[in-house]
Amino acid sequence: MLDEKQLKDTVLAYVKEEYVEDEDEADELTPDTPLISGGIVDSFSMVSLKVFLEKRYHIQIPNADATPQSFDTVNKIVELVKRFKGE
Amino acid sequence: MAYSDKVREHYKKTIAEIREGGLFKEERFIHSPQAADIKVEYPEGSELASLINMCANNYLGLSSHPEVIKAAHDGLDSRGYGMSSVRFICGTQDIHRELQDKLTKFLGTEDTVLFPSCMDANAGVFEAILGEEDVIIADRLVHASLIDGIRLCKAAYDSFKHMNMAHLEQKLEMHQDKRIRLVVTDGVFSMDGDFAPLDKMVELCERYDSMILLDDSHATGFIGKTGKGTHEHFGVVGKIDVITTTLGKALGGASGGCVSGRAEIVEMCKQRARPYLFSNTMPPVIVAAASKVMDIISQTTERRDKLEQNTKYFREKMTEAGFDIRPGETPIVPVMLYNAQLSQDIAHDLYAEGIYVIGFFYPVVPQGQARIRCQLSAAHEREHLDKAIAAFKKIGAKHGILGLKKKEIIEKFGL
Repeated sequence: MLDEKQLKDTVLAYVKEEYVEDEDEADELTPDTPLISGGIVDSFSMVSLKVFLEKRYHIQIPNADATPQSFDTVNKIVELVKRFKGE
Repeated sequence: MAYSDKVREHYKKTIAEIREGGLFKEERFIHSPQAADIKVEYPEGSELASLINMCANNYLGLSSHPEVIKAAHDGLDSRGYGMSSVRFICGTQDIHRELQDKLTKFLGTEDTVLFPSCMDANAGVFEAILGEEDVIIADRLVHASLIDGIRLCKAAYDSFKHMNMAHLEQKLEMHQDKRIRLVVTDGVFSMDGDFAPLDKMVELCERYDSMILLDDSHATGFIGKTGKGTHEHFGVVGKIDVITTTLGKALGGASGGCVSGRAEIVEMCKQRARPYLFSNTMPPVIVAAASKVMDIISQTTERRDKLEQNTKYFREKMTEAGFDIRPGETPIVPVMLYNAQLSQDIAHDLYAEGIYVIGFFYPVVPQGQARIRCQLSAAHEREHLDKAIAAFKKIGAKHGILGLKKKEIIEKFGL
């Protein structure tokens, strides 16, 4: 069983570390900040996030599900991980 | 399916959305050859305006050079207009081979193959040399044509933060299980005008057994002591496995591009790169003119030296004037404005002052990073630059941005 808070914190930390250059911007990032439509993560760089989630949570996210919409916020990503974990 | 009203409406609606989003791109009609001084019809139907061009990729001022034009005429007379063929059927002339050899020598590589454009070179090279067992690790700000080429290839893809070597190292380490690793970068990044730290990248690639691909389109001909490009600037000539570059910027500016590098990679492109196999050969007139360009820049560094002086002068004076200029050494000089509307207003006002520049904003540059990108040329004389600087000062003062830094501009105009 996944701890939702821990999952959210892990994804948020990864996004900050992987995509955000500016410390101020990293501080402002919340689980509801639009990542792709907000220009923080471009749809192509999203691939490394997908690989991270798959390795970390031992899941396979088919490309059809790895859409810019489903990766647009940390909360949406958390939902996606839970879905593929069968939770 | 016919071109029904429904389909027409679909496109009309999309175009309207592009307009509403402020992303509609307009053409300005230039009635003169490409040069420092141009005559422009804009908006369509209006009287011609005489402008100083500060946004061309005509870095060496060779686009309308008399010797280049003469070589084009000679090429047309001696080798004809078109070849009506792809390269490998009956589209390769002796002058194609000659130009490839000159590029190889100039770039300090093993071999070169021409493509109809660098966009085509980038579209074709990845699929030709990599498969699904391999991985591409690209800087996050590489040119759109590299992204397109990467998308067409079956290799896995990963990226590293712009010029962040620690992040690149982390990714190289992570992908040690792949058959081939290929690190991809621009030499000079087109929007920021900054250099990729090629010496460090080569060192990392050697340590982690990775190849490196460099798109040097905004550097070939003028970066480095003799203008070879970014690899010369960082002292790594001969260590770059693949260089893609264009003939459409400094090297005469017409069209054409190439893949230059390890002999086997060039051969793989000839055997497998789809734009090479399925697109027409470069026309003789362009090949002949580009060949003359290679002669000119191989004989003297006069033009790249003048460009370097122009760049220093313009950067210095614009910084002194109080503009927020991205520091650097390249002739791409971004005047940072952050706010998209401000970038459009200033470009518009400069046009009225006789200066032709374009304001760039999201998605061409990241959100909140709007700017006017000035590009220097060896065709600019000191008077051109002084006029441009004076106009910038006047318009900068009008908008009250002189002396303001990022935070203050954002506070004043928002994002």
